[in-house]
Amino acid sequence: MSATSPVARARALDVSALPTIVYGPRAPLWWGVLGLVAIEGTALAMVGVAYLYLRQNFVAWPPEGTPLPRLGAATAELIVLLASVLPMAAVDRFARAERHRLVVLGLTIGIVFGLASMALRALQFAGALGCRWDSHAYGSVVWTLLGMHAAHVITSTIENALLLAVLLIGPVERKDFVDAHINAFYWYVIVGLWVPTYVLVYLAPRWL
Amino acid sequence: MTRVVVLVIAVISAACSGRMPVLDPAGPQAGRIATYWWVSFWLSVVILTAVLAFLLHAVTRRRVLVTPPASPIEDVRTERRLTLGVSAAVGATALTLVVLLVTSIATGRALHTFGGTQPLTVEVTGHQWWWEVEYWDPVPSQRVRTANEIHIPVGRPVLVKTRSLDVIHSFWVPGLHGKKDNIPGHPSSLVLQADRVGTFGGRCAEFCGVQHAHMQLLVIADPPDAFEAWLQAQRRPAAIPTDPAAHRGFDVFMQGPCALCHTVLGTPAGGRTGPDLTHLGSRTTLAAGTLPNTPGHLAGWIIDPQSEKPGAQMPANSFSADDLSALLAFLGGLQ
Amino acid sequence: MSAPARRRLAPDPAEAAREALDRAALERAWSNPAGFVGWLTSANHKSVAIRMIVTAFGFFALGSALAAVMRLQLARPENHLVGPDLYNQIFTMHGSTMMFLFAVPVMEAFGIYLVPLMIGTRNVAFPRMNNFGYWIYLAGGLMVWTAFVLNIGPDAGWFAYVPLSGPAYSPGKRVDLWAQLITFTEIAALVAAVEIVVTTLKMRCPGMSLNRMPLFVWAMLVTAFMVIFAMPAIMVASTMLAMDRMVDTHFFNPAEGGDALLWQHLFWFFGHPEVYIIFIPATGFVSTLVSTFSRRRIFGYPAMVLALIATGFLGFSLWVHHMFATGLPLLGESFFTAASMMIAIPSGIQVFCWLATLRSGRVVLRAPLLFALGFIALFVLGGLTGIMLAALPLDLQVHDTYFVVAHFHYVLIGGALFPLLGAVLFWLPKLTGRMPSERLGRWSFAVTFIGFNLTFFPMHLLGLGGMPRRVYTYGPGVGLTTGNVVASAGAAVLALGLLLFFANVAWTLRRGAPAGDDPWGAETLEWATTSPPPAYNFAYLPTVDGSAPLWSTRERPVVTGLRTDVREVLITDGIDATPDHRHRLDGASIWPFLTAVAATIGIVTALFTPWGVTIGALLGLITLTGWFWPRGAPEHAIAEEQP
Repeated sequence: MSATSPVARARALDVSALPTIVYGPRAPLWWGVLGLVAIEGTALAMVGVAYLYLRQNFVAWPPEGTPLPRLGAATAELIVLLASVLPMAAVDRFARAERHRLVVLGLTIGIVFGLASMALRALQFAGALGCRWDSHAYGSVVWTLLGMHAAHVITSTIENALLLAVLLIGPVERKDFVDAHINAFYWYVIVGLWVPTYVLVYLAPRWL
Repeated sequence: MTRVVVLVIAVISAACSGRMPVLDPAGPQAGRIATYWWVSFWLSVVILTAVLAFLLHAVTRRRVLVTPPASPIEDVRTERRLTLGVSAAVGATALTLVVLLVTSIATGRALHTFGGTQPLTVEVTGHQWWWEVEYWDPVPSQRVRTANEIHIPVGRPVLVKTRSLDVIHSFWVPGLHGKKDNIPGHPSSLVLQADRVGTFGGRCAEFCGVQHAHMQLLVIADPPDAFEAWLQAQRRPAAIPTDPAAHRGFDVFMQGPCALCHTVLGTPAGGRTGPDLTHLGSRTTLAAGTLPNTPGHLAGWIIDPQSEKPGAQMPANSFSADDLSALLAFLGGLQ
Repeated sequence: MSAPARRRLAPDPAEAAREALDRAALERAWSNPAGFVGWLTSANHKSVAIRMIVTAFGFFALGSALAAVMRLQLARPENHLVGPDLYNQIFTMHGSTMMFLFAVPVMEAFGIYLVPLMIGTRNVAFPRMNNFGYWIYLAGGLMVWTAFVLNIGPDAGWFAYVPLSGPAYSPGKRVDLWAQLITFTEIAALVAAVEIVVTTLKMRCPGMSLNRMPLFVWAMLVTAFMVIFAMPAIMVASTMLAMDRMVDTHFFNPAEGGDALLWQHLFWFFGHPEVYIIFIPATGFVSTLVSTFSRRRIFGYPAMVLALIATGFLGFSLWVHHMFATGLPLLGESFFTAASMMIAIPSGIQVFCWLATLRSGRVVLRAPLLFALGFIALFVLGGLTGIMLAALPLDLQVHDTYFVVAHFHYVLIGGALFPLLGAVLFWLPKLTGRMPSERLGRWSFAVTFIGFNLTFFPMHLLGLGGMPRRVYTYGPGVGLTTGNVVASAGAAVLALGLLLFFANVAWTLRRGAPAGDDPWGAETLEWATTSPPPAYNFAYLPTVDGSAPLWSTRERPVVTGLRTDVREVLITDGIDATPDHRHRLDGASIWPFLTAVAATIGIVTALFTPWGVTIGALLGLITLTGWFWPRGAPEHAIAEEQP
């Protein structure tokens, strides 16, 4: 069936009434971010598998001379990240309703939570792990797990900040609300990925 | 027709095994593997022939000069016949694979459970780019350390333990068995056995750097008495030579850089970086199978290893002509 | 001679005038700048894809030249044409170039070109990211080849096993350059994979439900999913290696609890799916060629789709068969032998369905089909040696020998390059508007086929004769000389065949006969538009109700109502392809190129200092801000229609 044939136009499928702004899995960008999530999640999972694989090379875990990782800053970060779902869920909800001021408010709070999370992560690197990345294979893999996840927190917080700038500077487009909704989606994933990372780095040594 | 097929099979099998150690097994492990090879080889020949024949038939049946129109709808009866044919082919494929799988697992199991009499234990450590060989014995003073050449008694299983302290190598003597990697941090082993007297070439089979190509070894299967005699001789330390030329060579050896890397039991030379030279004279090759063990080649190797094996860990050495011939006399006496 | 042409009635003048206006508007909206500026800013999937294909074949030529040097060196025992250090760089560059810079990019590029056309849309889902992916890919290739020319090319093999590739045994920057090549090429491959998944799932024309998608599109979809789940393993592994080398981590250092086998597991978890990533698109080519030149749809479409999906999944369960000689527990041995054999079943299904199609069709022996037929012969042979290798006991003998070299060249050249060459001849008319020479096509097939077999068949015997891989020379008098001489002579014939092929392409560009829309009488939608297609692909997006739209005799409506003044496409439902919404795509932009530059600066600086990562991130922040900063689309101002 040639699409160039003018004859076919006699029976045309008119799509002009379809919307141009949609949310969730209807939107290609949502799928693009899902692809990114699949890639990054798989990468983090690979490092997690490496963690478990390397365990078999050690008698003690953490190795002799390295203390169990301290839970304070990491657990605080867990609470902060879980709590941050609230403002970002608000961003998600109000974005779909195109409520400009509420999205701005939600993003601002979300960014504050992101910064808090980054500060707590810095504290963890500063001492909670009890070893350096070059101490031994255990050190290498736990620093890498925390580092990879931290990269996501930083990236997403910066994205939220840039989006906030766009919304404040204007002119605001409907597409910006789709972006806010997508940012919220990515944020949920980051919070979700922290849970197994936290369990593996901070709790698993107490059981393995 | 059957006779022709049998003849072809016999000819191919014979031709193949000529210079192909994998197909000329000298021991039970390599033998089991070779059997599996022939099973899968002939099955593959049958399958490939069938596919090629069908393909040729399918494309040469009807010649068309002008492109015919396409058929957007298929004939139901034809599709049903094709479905049966494809299903039968898939079924035959699955069946063949199951046969191969079962045979493979059986072969693998046989390789794993090979044991029997107390095996001779030889520890082979891969280095860049030579093989350190140690014959294990419960009495430490009875252990023998040599390099690049492994004597084994015919008809007795040999437990070869593979290890490495630098990079990954792979111990492979195709006439006797498949290969086993020498992996730092992951010692492993295989059991091989020679069922006939002979010399079996081996080599490193895992890329290990610039001279991976020149990391051969020899496995020499001797009759059991000859083996015991050889082992006894290897256990004897070298005697400091009394002959003036050889003694001068011994002095050159000790005063030069040689003793820093090499061991000669019975002398103060105790270096462990390079191969043990206590019985260098009894070995067939030099530099892990790179050169024949003759005075001329040995001289060339000592003076300039890099010209024979660029990248080898042994540095160049300069000796006067007299010192060199004395050294050769000493080394030649290390039988 | 396509069906629609015969059915076309006299056009109504008003309709024709309307269509001309629409085409003019579409041309204005969708055209890209010309020349060098166009290369830097393009958001047109066809021009990006053609650039990728040409670049990939450029790397193919470079990689082939390296192979020629290898064969010259190995033509005689104890040859001194190249020394061991240069030889090690050469075979590392050959493998890395062919796998990372040629095979995967060229397959993805064909997907980027053909998928939007085959599914009846105007572009890929993220047009600018497409261009970014190209420049990242080119940057990686240029970086590593510059290093090779400067004699600091990677030399630890394309697989870079530790500890050899670690800091202790590979000093200097060579292996770091390999690790960063991985970074560049994996980013490019992942970007293209996400492109293909989202485009295929969201932009199919109305009526093209999943069960009506062309088999080539299925092949690219499965491949893209494999890329997404396989490539992270090597990204992680190469990053760990880079960290071990640069900042003293201990992932692979046994002295501090690291593990040399961890590298192998991570590498091969990627490495095995990698070969299917290369092979599965080739099966898409073969399905297209076999059906077009048998004049019937491929027999057993559902089985073919299931076979593709099964291969995609099973491909992830085989990786340990590359590690059979490392000393595995018996249960592991048996499992991976079984899995490695069972994957022959879906591949077998495909072969049998192709054979059934040929048998029941009316075969037209044109040059593109000859390459597909050559593929069947060579891939079956390579697949059979693969089954041999799957058996652990036999693998213990022939692993890491020239037997394996023979096997994988049969399945990669026979199984992927031959279909690719057929695909080039087949789609060259669509890309360029000109027909290739049939005679040159047949000759190039014959010479290539003969040369290939002469080169690689003897290698089976060399492996059985005890010749390991990756050796720069071998001894005389051990039964290896004859096989090597024949292989080297065969390589010359193979080179001639490939030269003839590229001569055909060159000839086509200058002297090929005009092709028309559908010179082969094919069945898929790319043949329903001009050759080459306009920037907007179709004046009106098609709709379909079957799996071979150009062979259908039914009249189908086209899509109207999409804007022609901006780049608007139709997004449809993922399963049924019912229209969902209209979506605005971005046009030409310099920012993707600048982002690639920023990433390149970061990655290359990271060779020398870990601060490279930070520098790259900061520069990338700037360019990404430029990329995504809103441009002001008035129709998107707040408070218009509600979704």
